[in-house]
Amino acid sequence: MDTRRHFLKGVVAGGAAITSAAVAPPACARETHSRPAEALGLLYDATLCIGCKACVAACKEANNNPPEFSTEDRLWDTPLDTSGYTFNIIKMYRNGTMQTKDAEVNGFAFMKTSCMHCADPSCVSACPVSAMTKDPATGIVAYDPGACVGCRYCVVACPFGIPKYQYDSPTGKIGKCELCRHRYADGHYSACAEVCPTGATLYGRSADLLLEAKRRIALKPGSVTRYPRGKIGGPDQSYEGPVGNYLQHVYGEKEFGGTQVLKLSAVTFAKVGMPDLPPKSSAATSETLQHSLYGGLVMPVVVLGALSFIAKRNVHDEDDESGTDKDKGEK
Amino acid sequence: MTTHQHAAPTPVGGSLVNAATLVCGVLIAIMAAILLVRFIFGLGMVANINDGYSWGIWVVVDVMIGSALACGGFSVALLVYIFNKGEYHPLVRPALLASLFGYTLAGAGIFVDLGRWWNFWHIFWPGYANPSSVMFEVAVCVTAYILVMWIEFSPVFLEKMGRRDVKKKLNKWLFFFIALGVLLPMMHQSSLGTMLVVMGGQVNPLWQTPAVPLIYLLTAIVIGYGVVLFESCVAAAGYRRTIEMRLLNPLSKIMLGVLAVYLVVRFGDLLIRGALGEAFHPDWVAISFWIENIAFVAPFFLIGSTQARRNPANLFLAGIAIMIGGILLRLNGFLIGYGHFTGSGWTYFPSLAEVMVTVGIFAIEVLGYIIITRRFPVLPREHAQVAS
Repeated sequence: MDTRRHFLKGVVAGGAAITSAAVAPPACARETHSRPAEALGLLYDATLCIGCKACVAACKEANNNPPEFSTEDRLWDTPLDTSGYTFNIIKMYRNGTMQTKDAEVNGFAFMKTSCMHCADPSCVSACPVSAMTKDPATGIVAYDPGACVGCRYCVVACPFGIPKYQYDSPTGKIGKCELCRHRYADGHYSACAEVCPTGATLYGRSADLLLEAKRRIALKPGSVTRYPRGKIGGPDQSYEGPVGNYLQHVYGEKEFGGTQVLKLSAVTFAKVGMPDLPPKSSAATSETLQHSLYGGLVMPVVVLGALSFIAKRNVHDEDDESGTDKDKGEK
Repeated sequence: MTTHQHAAPTPVGGSLVNAATLVCGVLIAIMAAILLVRFIFGLGMVANINDGYSWGIWVVVDVMIGSALACGGFSVALLVYIFNKGEYHPLVRPALLASLFGYTLAGAGIFVDLGRWWNFWHIFWPGYANPSSVMFEVAVCVTAYILVMWIEFSPVFLEKMGRRDVKKKLNKWLFFFIALGVLLPMMHQSSLGTMLVVMGGQVNPLWQTPAVPLIYLLTAIVIGYGVVLFESCVAAAGYRRTIEMRLLNPLSKIMLGVLAVYLVVRFGDLLIRGALGEAFHPDWVAISFWIENIAFVAPFFLIGSTQARRNPANLFLAGIAIMIGGILLRLNGFLIGYGHFTGSGWTYFPSLAEVMVTVGIFAIEVLGYIIITRRFPVLPREHAQVAS
């Protein structure tokens, strides 16, 4: 047989196999997920927040987390950011003279940092062992340390930097807000919303919270309105207060297909640490790519068949006779 | 069928105790001590990874770069068994051996970094496994590839043990394992790049692209050839053997071909997405991007002409340049170009302990390579004396 022709056949077949494997067919596109109908979440209104940090303390207590110190005297729990042991924190934006609350220039403002409970979470898509899961009914993004291998892909994947690992322990877990799902059985809800004195953090169905958020940004700044506290649809704890100078943007309505935790602010979201996210989730992009290449294992099996066929013809006796030429092929 | 006159692989022989193996032994001992601390007190005690950079060099270097540098076996198998270039057959065993160690240790290295390693089997367990996770696909394919490589390499041990009967049976199926040994690296080397996709805007647009699987696959193949050039020169120098220029010269030409395809894909993608502007910011990320790509272009200047390819020193340098480019492509995506947009204020630089563990893992590879090549039939027979 003609060696050259044989080689060319190999090149063509091999090239075809590689090309078909490398260039994904535009199939199996996965759309960005949206919130479940009964999704639960929080509405954080920065204009109502007074920075008292009652929610930070309540969160620590509800989750049995140890204090974290950042001061010399180590008297109080003073975390500077969320961590494997701190699932909720209030941060402060400061500018210039810091005179006016909720002013971008020469002002100050607060921002809550905790899990956004994305409709299409990067952490859930990244997790190889289903330790991060999204409840189909409540939409709560939950963590199961019994399943977790500690690879920390969720930590690097999350655009909000929420799941965090406990580096100080040989059996460290991931720590994050799970919307206090462990307290529902006793008739409780998210501790941060339960204790918030101004209703800046409000608990409820995301659909209700979104309506409430849209109601607020439609109001005239400076006018008076009623603010519910605690839980939407719970006992009436509302009070009257002035309307803030809202940006016309409910953060979390559309970002990454939506999040179940929604935010209102008077200061540009990027400046208070909320990332600018497209409406398409990274999880959808990643899984579309992955499913196009490996969906149903179709392509790997086809390529394996082609490669086996080619390899069968190209494996010579030199592979079994320890390299000595016993093969009487044509040269 | 085409055949080629090859010298049979034979053990190099010589003493296993020499300067190189002793240094490796010391480095492995240091690593063992550090790992003891890591497993008793936790990752934070020895590593500088933090809430902003949860993946350090134990993931990016030991696993991602380590496995890419172990692609020699894959690249050479592609050439010999798929493109039917039998003349490169003497390179198969040495390249496969380096891949075998590189991958086995990348796989073992994962345990060093896993925070809850005792649950590792969940990745392969229905009910736990998440097929949508890129990490799942990488883990399964890497594990399968390690098994396949041990099967592919087993004739070497069977020869040594004189089990020709077992070897005969295995040979009937060897073609299938060879095919698997080409498919699996294609799958997971591309997926190592896909791992960046879910990180979204946290990764600089210079490395965050839908073309990332192809970019990682092409570089893995190129790195495979680059490592073969590098290792052939090192093995020749270390064992005082003649360099197989007859093979390395045309091999380097093939490498340049794949490299040219890669550079077209890489810069075509950057131009189409309009991401190249990021490369002109006055920061370390941009500088790192240029070093990465200069390293990938360098081989065209080092071994662009037939004349230049005849000089082993040039092949050696070209191999090193490719390795630098491939290492930086991965470091840039996962560490240097990661998280700088989010402005979290976190920084990461590996601790000495982290570096020593990574060095220790590479030392195991070198030590294993020396032991196997001196005692088992891997390298082609030579009439030269071995310096020991």
